[in-house]
Amino acid sequence: MDETPISRGFKSRRQEQTPKNRVPPGQYVTADFPVLSAGPTPQIKLEDWNFTLQLGASLFGKWNWAEFESLLQTTIKTDIHCVTKWSKLDTTWQGVTFDDLLKTVGLAEPPAAYVMAHCDGGYTTNIPVADLIGGKGMIVTRYESLPIPPAHGGPARVLVPHLYFWKSAKWVRRLRFMEKDRRGFWESLGYHNYGDPWKEQRYDGD
Amino acid sequence: MATPGKNSDMTATETAAQPVRRLEWQLAQVREIVVETYRAKSLMLQVTNWQGHLPGQHVDLRLTAENGYQAQRSYSIGSPPEDDLLTVTVERVDDGEVSPYLVDDLRAGDQFELRGPIGRYFVWTVAKHGPLWLIAGGSGIAPLMAMLRHRARRMVRAPALLLYSSRSLEDVIYREELDMMARGDPDLRVVNTLTRKQPERWMGHRGRINRALLAEAGFPPKQNPKIYVCGPTPFVEDVSRLLVELGHDPLKIKTERFGPSGG
Repeated sequence: MDETPISRGFKSRRQEQTPKNRVPPGQYVTADFPVLSAGPTPQIKLEDWNFTLQLGASLFGKWNWAEFESLLQTTIKTDIHCVTKWSKLDTTWQGVTFDDLLKTVGLAEPPAAYVMAHCDGGYTTNIPVADLIGGKGMIVTRYESLPIPPAHGGPARVLVPHLYFWKSAKWVRRLRFMEKDRRGFWESLGYHNYGDPWKEQRYDGD
Repeated sequence: MATPGKNSDMTATETAAQPVRRLEWQLAQVREIVVETYRAKSLMLQVTNWQGHLPGQHVDLRLTAENGYQAQRSYSIGSPPEDDLLTVTVERVDDGEVSPYLVDDLRAGDQFELRGPIGRYFVWTVAKHGPLWLIAGGSGIAPLMAMLRHRARRMVRAPALLLYSSRSLEDVIYREELDMMARGDPDLRVVNTLTRKQPERWMGHRGRINRALLAEAGFPPKQNPKIYVCGPTPFVEDVSRLLVELGHDPLKIKTERFGPSGG
């Protein structure tokens, strides 16, 4: 584009001016918690739920709900940014950090450089392990101190808040380590492979 | 739990890296504005280098204020790929930032930026087999209308059903066009339900889409319909849950939700 067209008469209607360093480019702050999912919300019974860590054909971690709940819990307050343009500030989540999951199964180092998250309903998303370690990624089971409602990904979802929120996969059941990066669901359908909101990596090629 | 290779639309898409082409911002000029309802308008746009789209896809639209402030929003494309102009239908969200400007202030000849098409999941083309079942709540009709228009342009006779929930008759978007489409096509059924207010002699359905209406009007699971549900989040949550309860395969139900903050 040579010149950006000006929309005469268009102006910001934002009432509070949120500090710019809190809101990535192209995003707006909402107080709501919109729901974006590609299919019906899975209705999962806790007694049928389990969560696994997988590398190749081997499972090296498997927890049922009670076992997962007994793992060391961490609470964080963070901003989240959805690729559909909304950002939500100061959301509080509780769950188990990726670091603690690795420790629990006795791994000093992550076994591969990439992870594919697999979810109920068939959803997948790929995340570099570097974006999960060092406290950057979690599997969360509480939102604002309460169980996560199914529409928002309960009973358990990934939380990687420094990437666009589609990477924080809802209804997660399995993290599969991969030697090579492969694209997940939205990443195969035109969305960016990495999804850094601060670089506005919404779609392929951004 | 889903595994790669299993019979599923969703997992089949997990693939190796693909060639990358950036979606550039393009200039869109408003050629015509169509009043659809008292709070919805369709903007018919000339886009300089439009590469084409699939029915169901959306675009990102970017407005720039005189002081440089910019705002982006996503809108579904209502026009079929066969049309020359790209149409987006916008419903005013009263406390919104972008939609009131688009509905109340925008004039033919005005320009803004746009990029797309976006989204390759919530799409349908005549190449897909089986009955087509569309379920819309309010302005969720827009991407489904692109599918119906595409179907009409291609003169496809596979059975199709639109179940469309609106607050009142005045809120029904594309009403005349849908009536005409259904009258001219014995394989298309359009079923309206009005949730809040009905005209005195209203012969159609009243109230929200419920289990009974889905069972009575809809395709049975054994016909394996392709189902697309679009509307406000609570609407989509309700309808898609009921469809699963009625025995439809969750992986055959594609959804698009928009939240209260969509404006």
